[in-house]
Amino acid sequence: MKALSQKRRHPLAAIALLLMGLLVTGGLYAVASTVNQAKATTSTNANDAEEGGKLFAANCATCHGMGASGSQSGPSLVGVGAAAVDFQVGTGRMPMQMNGPQAYKKPAQFNEEQTRQLAAYVASLGPGPSIPEAGLLDEKGDAAAGGELFRTNCAMCHNAAAAGGALTRGKFAPALAGVSGQHIYEAMVTGPQNMPVFSDANISPEGKRDIITFLKQIEANGSPGGADLGSLGPVSEGLFIWIAGLGVIIAFTIWLTSRTS
Amino acid sequence: MSATATPDAPAFVAKTKGGRITNFVDERVGGSGILREFGRKVFPDHWSFMFGEVALYSFVILLLSGTFLTFFFDPSMAETRYAGSYMPLKNVEMSVAYSSSLNISFDVRGGLFMRQVHHWSALLFVASVSVHMLRVFFTGAFRKPREMNWVVGGVLLILSMAAGFTGYSLPDDLLSGNGLRIIDGVIKSIPVIGTYISFFLFGGEFPGTAIIGRLYMLHILLVPALILLMIVMHLFMVVVHKHTQYPGPGRNDGNVVGYPLGPVYAAKAGGFFFIVFGVIALMAGFFTINPIWNYGPYDPSPVSAGTQPDWYIGFVDGALRLMPGIIGDWKVEQIWFGHVFTFNVLLPALVPAGIIFTVLFTYPWIERWITKDTREHHVLDRPRNAPTRTAIGMAGFVWYCVMWAAAGSDLIATHFHVSLNDVTYWLRALFFVGPVIAFVVTKRIALALQRKDREIALHGRETGRIVRLPHGEFIEVHAPLDEYKRYKLVGFESPSPLPAEPNANGVVDSKEKRRAKLSRWFFEDRVAPATPAELAAAHGHGDHEAIESGETQKTLSH
Repeated sequence: MKALSQKRRHPLAAIALLLMGLLVTGGLYAVASTVNQAKATTSTNANDAEEGGKLFAANCATCHGMGASGSQSGPSLVGVGAAAVDFQVGTGRMPMQMNGPQAYKKPAQFNEEQTRQLAAYVASLGPGPSIPEAGLLDEKGDAAAGGELFRTNCAMCHNAAAAGGALTRGKFAPALAGVSGQHIYEAMVTGPQNMPVFSDANISPEGKRDIITFLKQIEANGSPGGADLGSLGPVSEGLFIWIAGLGVIIAFTIWLTSRTS
Repeated sequence: MSATATPDAPAFVAKTKGGRITNFVDERVGGSGILREFGRKVFPDHWSFMFGEVALYSFVILLLSGTFLTFFFDPSMAETRYAGSYMPLKNVEMSVAYSSSLNISFDVRGGLFMRQVHHWSALLFVASVSVHMLRVFFTGAFRKPREMNWVVGGVLLILSMAAGFTGYSLPDDLLSGNGLRIIDGVIKSIPVIGTYISFFLFGGEFPGTAIIGRLYMLHILLVPALILLMIVMHLFMVVVHKHTQYPGPGRNDGNVVGYPLGPVYAAKAGGFFFIVFGVIALMAGFFTINPIWNYGPYDPSPVSAGTQPDWYIGFVDGALRLMPGIIGDWKVEQIWFGHVFTFNVLLPALVPAGIIFTVLFTYPWIERWITKDTREHHVLDRPRNAPTRTAIGMAGFVWYCVMWAAAGSDLIATHFHVSLNDVTYWLRALFFVGPVIAFVVTKRIALALQRKDREIALHGRETGRIVRLPHGEFIEVHAPLDEYKRYKLVGFESPSPLPAEPNANGVVDSKEKRRAKLSRWFFEDRVAPATPAELAAAHGHGDHEAIESGETQKTLSH
């Protein structure tokens, strides 16, 4: 200790301290940011990543660049994690059909094995959110708590009944009915398209599980009051009363007065 | 009464017990006299005359279903935890009002059905009132002597919107709370007094703990009572004025051609009540309205996508959406003398609605002033025969619809895959241009229809039968109209512009000049109905009707 304190005014001490500080913060950050990664359960192996690399070079590299380093047409995928790939490719959004404000959902172009291989390849490029473990997707969380989280964090774009909504300049938040729990979870941790990232500090993994439980429960419940008219709120109700309601009434008025005039 | 007044004549004694009871009541109430008078009341038959009836019946259904709901609704804003049977809200903190609304929906037998009956009939009520007013406007039924009844109808429209909005706010779910938040914002944007009014209304800062109870009192007591009062006045005036009728042979301002109320018409109207009830009941049974369980309890922080008021408040919401916050470099929200003036909320919320209702209430007097027409009118105008009025009405209608559409701009964007911004830009442009286009197009269409009517009146209907004449010419045979049909096409007034007239002092004042200008604008484009002389000329050679009309066909360009 004495030797150390004697050298504390050494000209290089400041630099050494700076280096140490950077190493500690960087190291801590690396540990913290791979908390998600630590839960990885996907049985990726080197072979998957290798196969995925081939698929990537053939199908994705045109835009995302060789080695997923990005190009003018597409962002770098280093560090987006397996979850992002599983969501984008698994829902058919990637490979993208055409350029536009937002990629549309479409039938998936790769089968499950290929998707896993692509995910493994992208995950091997740098640490990122991994595919969530099954325990978080069991839909056995607290639906009421999930509902509250959903209304506070998600409903302003996705609509309180998860029927979707508009964003600016042609972008939109899609309806969530029929989306698998895994894809919902991955969307929350990766923030695809225009969606913000809801990290585990924003919404805990248990909270995400509750949200998925809530969404699956309202989907399974159906609409207690009859046809839901798209769950779009008063606009579709107004449209319905003017066209169907008043239309039927007018048909009756014509019938009632037709015999005499 | 008769028994005591004329002791000689034996009093009428009914044969049955029921008859004697009826007679007892009738001698004291005079019901048969009222029935005799009302039973003979004649009503013309036309489908477009029945919207007022639809409104009345929806109101009756509203009273019935609303009474049911009051048995179970608790307008308290006290906090509670939901303990009902809807699992996705189990144990969620909420107000008693919302909890009781959920209980009506899930735990009261028939409660959800009755809630949906109430809400659907509320939408139908305001819709039928609106369509009824459109019918009255476009047919000119608001003219003397019915101007006051038109105003009563306008008050009914406002009251029905008030009834709707207070009811919409009661469940205290997220949707209704967001609606109240907007109302609160609009009130607060009123300069100087806005904040005071808001604090007075909400009993403190929004949302407070008083508003639901207050709105409930307005919704179930004051507003329905006023609506009932206005309906009584409205119907009383209908009886006094008698019903209007469409032009037709034998119909004039001195008579009413139609069926007496009793018995057929009364039976039809009674049956129609059940038809309206049935349509509403079917809608309530098969189509969800206001699924409050989706929205969750009100909390000032979350706002759901797709949050809108019910359709009749939609145009105000749309106007708010269309209003830019910044025009060029000029901020619409201004700070003057250290106070914020939120014009970007105040203007769209109050000005369009103010213009619509001001014009609506004053229009009968405006038209009366321009036309100097002080006669009574009981025969309606066909909309085409009053082109300028019809065009004014359509301009207003389109203006309203632009704002109305703007309230659904987000759904237009998502469902037609267009940019929300573009929808807003287009609607902003249409807000100014739309009424002008509507005016011009409507007027042209009305005039064109009048020309068509005139041509048909003069030359008959085209039969599609082509005949070759001996000298080789081809003509199409026109079949003449029968007199009844022709009357409809020629029996209307077509006023010409009324030039400025000097007043009692022999002076043409500037107000009169303005009136004359407006009169010219109103009536300068006109297609006069075919006169008897013209008709006689067109049908001059009765025996050669077909040939004659073929020959005169080319000269038709009035």
